[in-house]
Amino acid sequence: MLSVNMVAMAYLLASVLIIFALKGLASPETARRGNALGMLGMGIAALVTLQMDAVQNYVWIVIAITVGGLLGGTVARKVPMTHMPQTVAFMHSLVGLAAVLIAVSAFIDPGAYGIANAEGGLYMASRIELFLGTFIGAITFTASLIAFGKLQGILSGKPLVFGGQHLLNLALGIVMVGAGIIFCMNEATLPFMVMLGVALVLGVLLIVPIGGADMPVIVSMLNSYSGWAAAGIGFTLGNNMLIVAGALVGSSGAILSYIMCKAMNRSLMNVLLGGFGGDTVAASGAAGQVADRPVKSGAAEDAAFLISNARSVVIVPGYGLAVARAQHALKEMVDELLERGVQVKFAIHPVAGRMPGHMNVLLAEADVPYDIVFEMDEINSEFADTDVALVIGANDVTNPSAKTDPSSPIYGMPILEVSKAEHVIVIKRSLSPGYAGLDNDLFYMDKTMMLFSDAKQACESIKQAL
Amino acid sequence: MSPAAIEHVAQTAHASSVDPFVFSFTVFVLAIIVGYHVVWTVTPALHTPLMSVTNAISSIIIVGALLAAGPVEMSLATVLGLIAVGLAAVNIFGGFMVTQRMLAMFKKRK
Repeated sequence: MLSVNMVAMAYLLASVLIIFALKGLASPETARRGNALGMLGMGIAALVTLQMDAVQNYVWIVIAITVGGLLGGTVARKVPMTHMPQTVAFMHSLVGLAAVLIAVSAFIDPGAYGIANAEGGLYMASRIELFLGTFIGAITFTASLIAFGKLQGILSGKPLVFGGQHLLNLALGIVMVGAGIIFCMNEATLPFMVMLGVALVLGVLLIVPIGGADMPVIVSMLNSYSGWAAAGIGFTLGNNMLIVAGALVGSSGAILSYIMCKAMNRSLMNVLLGGFGGDTVAASGAAGQVADRPVKSGAAEDAAFLISNARSVVIVPGYGLAVARAQHALKEMVDELLERGVQVKFAIHPVAGRMPGHMNVLLAEADVPYDIVFEMDEINSEFADTDVALVIGANDVTNPSAKTDPSSPIYGMPILEVSKAEHVIVIKRSLSPGYAGLDNDLFYMDKTMMLFSDAKQACESIKQAL
Repeated sequence: MSPAAIEHVAQTAHASSVDPFVFSFTVFVLAIIVGYHVVWTVTPALHTPLMSVTNAISSIIIVGALLAAGPVEMSLATVLGLIAVGLAAVNIFGGFMVTQRMLAMFKKRK
């Protein structure tokens, strides 16, 4: 067995490897090596722990790891890329549940962790840490399950709002903290279980008022929570490896939540209070009034004509593209254009897709090379020099009123400045409003041609007409 | 030494050195700052793989689960620990493998 100091050094090595795993993601070229370093770090941390004297139950542990590993590996190989958001949400819930189980186990038998005091109970500091680790884990667990259900379509994506909702949550939060404080003082079972139970309920209640399309923020936030839960357990066990890894994940998720909120021009509080996407009744009434505005619509042949005469084309894909499973058809159309010497670029809005970076993965899966795919900030200045902007399955993120109309609910939201291109083609099934329930002025501009069609069919027809 | 005496020694040692919590907290704060700086360098195109790999990384709690599952005599605490080991293993294998699968899709123009 390694000495305590050797173990700590091994954990340090593992922590450094994990930091390099994240650092690798700075570019697709270094990311794969980074991921390998991350696996190595995780392997070292697990092996070093397995060789400790306190760990003797090898047979059962190997069984648990094998069963879990096979399940996880199967999911990793089979899951379609469109289902990544719910897969990630589900995995967050597993981290939360594991944190809760570890905390309960530490509560029952602190001796196994070497954190027991002389009477076999817990020190005050350990109780506080246990309290924190337990409730963060519990909230992560149930909140992620609800997010998973909404993303998978098991639960309705509509926000569930009822009177006194926030007061109820506040009251439950106070009960949870109160029970936690009592537990910290007397280490009794009842307040611990009350605290745990309330935290589980609170996780559900916090997510039900949030609409399906706000899930990218929520998934990022739960990503953050799962990190804090791991760090909380790290504090309980006095294990720096867990604290470092947990803090890294916690800050990563927090940054992603921030980026998502900023891309929607909303505050995290506004998202968390929920209800967004629930008032579309009022908004669709407003959209109904303007539905009579004239639009220019065309056929796939017209679109093909415009595109084939263009020198530069920027494609703006939205989640509608993935819903229509049109990525591969689009890629074939793009190949044809590239062969003809047309310059083709993709423009990705940060909230395209159902989680951060989702659209990039969907395009990569369709073999679109990543060096023609650009982020909003990189490409917005290029629209003015673009002959044709082709919008497929995206709506709100191209709406010029976000820049021009201070009364618009999405005013101030950063958009892809599609309307600056010389010609705009929008492939969409109807003029129906987007997620924000708004009419899009882009559709009614003189330079815009609407191609009313399913995205996949449209891409195939354009390719044929080229 | 009797347990009470060990306790006494431990407490005197505590009084003269930094509390372990403060030490852990130092590590925690520094790690957050490292995380903050490293994650901002991640290209937005790889934010989905970032989430799946951080998922695997937060399953480092398998270290805690292994300690809980460690004792040979089965008890409620051990069983809970074993379940936690299994759950963390799902995430570790699932998280790293799905990240690898996604990263393999990102190719440059030929």
